[in-house]
Amino acid sequence: MELTRRDAIAALAAAGVAGGGAVLVASDRDRGSESNDDEGATNDAHEDIVETATALAPVLYPSEVDDAAEFVRTYVTGRIENDDDHRTGMADAVAALDAHASEEFESNFRELSPEQGDRLLTDVGLDRVRPDPAGSDLERIRFYLVNELLYALFSSPTGGELVGTENPPGHPGGLESYQGAQR
Amino acid sequence: MSATDQESETNGSANREPSDRADVCVVGAGPAGGIVAHSLAERGHDVVVLEAGPRFSFEERIRRMERHQRPAFDQADVWEMGGERDAFSSSGDLNYPLNDVRVKGVGGTTLHWIGYTPRFHEKDFEMDSRYGLADDWPIAYEDVRPYYAAAEREMGVAGGEDNPFAPPREESFPMDAFPASHSDATLSTACEELGIETHSIPQARNSEAYDDRSQCVGYGTCHPVCPSGAKYSGDVHVRKAEEAGARVLDRVPVQRLEHDDAGERVEAAVYATPDGTEHRQEARQFVLAGGAVETPRLLLLSESEQHPDGLANSSGAVGRYFMDHLLHMTMGVVSEETRQHQVGFSTAATHQFYDHEESTPGSFFVAFLNYAGPSPVELALENGAWGDDVVDAVSREYGTHVGTEALVEQLPDAESRITLDTSRTDDHGNPVPDVAWSIGDHGVRTGERALEVQREIMDEAGARITWSTSPRQPLSGSHPMGTTRMGADPETSVVDERLRTHDLDNLSIASSSVFTTGGAMNPTLTIAALSLKAADHVDEDL
Ligand SMILES: Cc1cc2nc3c(=O)[nH]c(=O)nc-3n(C[C@H](O)[C@H](O)[C@H](O)COP(=O)(O)OP(=O)(O)OC[C@H]3O[C@@H](n4cnc5c(N)ncnc54)[C@H](O)[C@@H]3O)c2cc1C
Ligand code: SF4
Repeated sequence: MELTRRDAIAALAAAGVAGGGAVLVASDRDRGSESNDDEGATNDAHEDIVETATALAPVLYPSEVDDAAEFVRTYVTGRIENDDDHRTGMADAVAALDAHASEEFESNFRELSPEQGDRLLTDVGLDRVRPDPAGSDLERIRFYLVNELLYALFSSPTGGELVGTENPPGHPGGLESYQGAQR
Repeated sequence: MSATDQESETNGSANREPSDRADVCVVGAGPAGGIVAHSLAERGHDVVVLEAGPRFSFEERIRRMERHQRPAFDQADVWEMGGERDAFSSSGDLNYPLNDVRVKGVGGTTLHWIGYTPRFHEKDFEMDSRYGLADDWPIAYEDVRPYYAAAEREMGVAGGEDNPFAPPREESFPMDAFPASHSDATLSTACEELGIETHSIPQARNSEAYDDRSQCVGYGTCHPVCPSGAKYSGDVHVRKAEEAGARVLDRVPVQRLEHDDAGERVEAAVYATPDGTEHRQEARQFVLAGGAVETPRLLLLSESEQHPDGLANSSGAVGRYFMDHLLHMTMGVVSEETRQHQVGFSTAATHQFYDHEESTPGSFFVAFLNYAGPSPVELALENGAWGDDVVDAVSREYGTHVGTEALVEQLPDAESRITLDTSRTDDHGNPVPDVAWSIGDHGVRTGERALEVQREIMDEAGARITWSTSPRQPLSGSHPMGTTRMGADPETSVVDERLRTHDLDNLSIASSSVFTTGGAMNPTLTIAALSLKAADHVDEDL
């Protein structure tokens, strides 16, 4: 099952980012050319978040989802581009996750294999952590990274279809599908 | 959320000084206040609206929807309810979850309502003459009928002519009804077997683009937030009122009303601004539209030498006869897929049990849910798992739920009431409202019958029942009513049939607080209709 650009735009819309299309163009440009502006620090933080989220996707997303890199890159870029608070929250959660990764694997999370990533999340007990944007390190990791990416997936039509609905709550999927049996 | 603050500070209403001269001062900017303000401003009157809560930005709604779906937030966070501002007590037989059933802000509680807009049936106005129960309203269905039609146009109601039990109407609904859902078929077929007729549900939600607002696009989160604006909410009329020249001040809770020496006319509404400064807004006419809890509270807080038991309370009825609709639910699972949570509203119901012969059990209706069981998004985020495990967990829980809900009538009872709890104060040092809610025998027996019918339908549909309410422990229908009741007799009621208080010449009330009895139909269309009627009478006096 493929996560499309349409899914990323839908997920961004569900997260309140208008103009997902513009974001797509921006993320293409960012990847295609060397950044030549001098806001280096912001761009680094930005890249760290996107890379870490991309590394988290194969861990968090079910095996049925083939390649989520494009989806995650587009979604996360859109999410943090014009929202400083959210970018700070995510950057901070990435740093907390990297601290755990360094302790167990002596490297940043984005350099781990999906199997190592899964083991790390399991070892720190993230399945039992409540999300809280103002909570402990693990609670912020759960909120800003794990639940962030799960929300992106399950509020999109493709994510919804994995569990039986092509129009999950949060997705403006129109008035047809509630009336019908077919998917 | 900072957007509300920013907006309040940058929009034109940041000036919270009183207007020099106002024809009308409206307290509260929910649908009732918005409709009154718009109706009067359109006729050229100078209107000032004082609203306790903030102005919420439309663009932020989508973030509020995310808050609603993500488990890190409480439901009260969605519209920023709670804290000292909204402190209350609940001392009745049944706990009353006041802050779950109201929103403070421009748009009021309709920001998170669902949006069903049935008319009351004729019997609801005639409980004494028909059944010897409670009192008749001083007005009949026929008196409200033209206002119902106007309210349906104003709010934008989508509805069908397929309900054989509905009261007579003169014209078709502004929009076509929403078609039945996939899962309605399961329960409607069961109803057919049982000889129960089902039909569509009128609702203030756009089945097509209407009044410059979007068609419903299926976000599925109507309660508590519709990001598209397809669901009507009171801010629609507040905006129209402003376009017609009304002034709307947000975050200015009215503390008390002050009257002239004779105690016959209200002179000013005293309100507080966010920095704590108090101002007086004078006006020729005052309309209270703060909902059925804050309106009696404000009258009680406005006690004076001339009105020692509270303003407009010579009858002693202010705060008394507090009613709600009793919400009874029966949930279950069936063997086929029911595809819930694609839209956040119901599309089929039955009013067959509404117009009863015997006095008790009384009126109720049953509707089928399109949002039974847990939402897949919330499940995915709450479960804790990830990867294939999260899909397994969500698939196990989501998919085959069905549910029915019934709204059930209770009778007015003087001891079911709102009072001031002087042992606790809000952020301005005012005693908080105490809600002592009781539902009485009629409510319990009608609830028993409603639960019986729900169970019959679910059984016939082959559902395994997983949960239901019990007759003595209904949920609140989120419809507070009755606390400044309407009547012809000043000894036993607070407002007359013009919605004017018996005691003060220039004080009117637009709210479900004026309902003499509450029926079992969702109240807001009737609130809107009475608000239009109140505006007509205020206009006559200006
Ligand atoms: C979950 C839920 C679902 C609902 N679904 C439906 C439905 O499907 N159909 C239906 O008919 N009804 C429904 N309702 C009820 C509906 O929301 C109310 O009937 C309606 O909002 C009442 O309108 P109102 O203007 O009288 O009061 P409100 O909408 O409560 O507005 C009152 C306003 O007055 C302000 N105010 C109060 N006191 C003061 C003061 N002292 N000074 C200044 N301002 C003040 C408040 O801040 C508020 O903004 C639902 C309610 C809830 C909670
Ligand atoms: S389903 Fe509800 S929330 Fe979504 S657009 Fe329609 S009315 Fe609004």
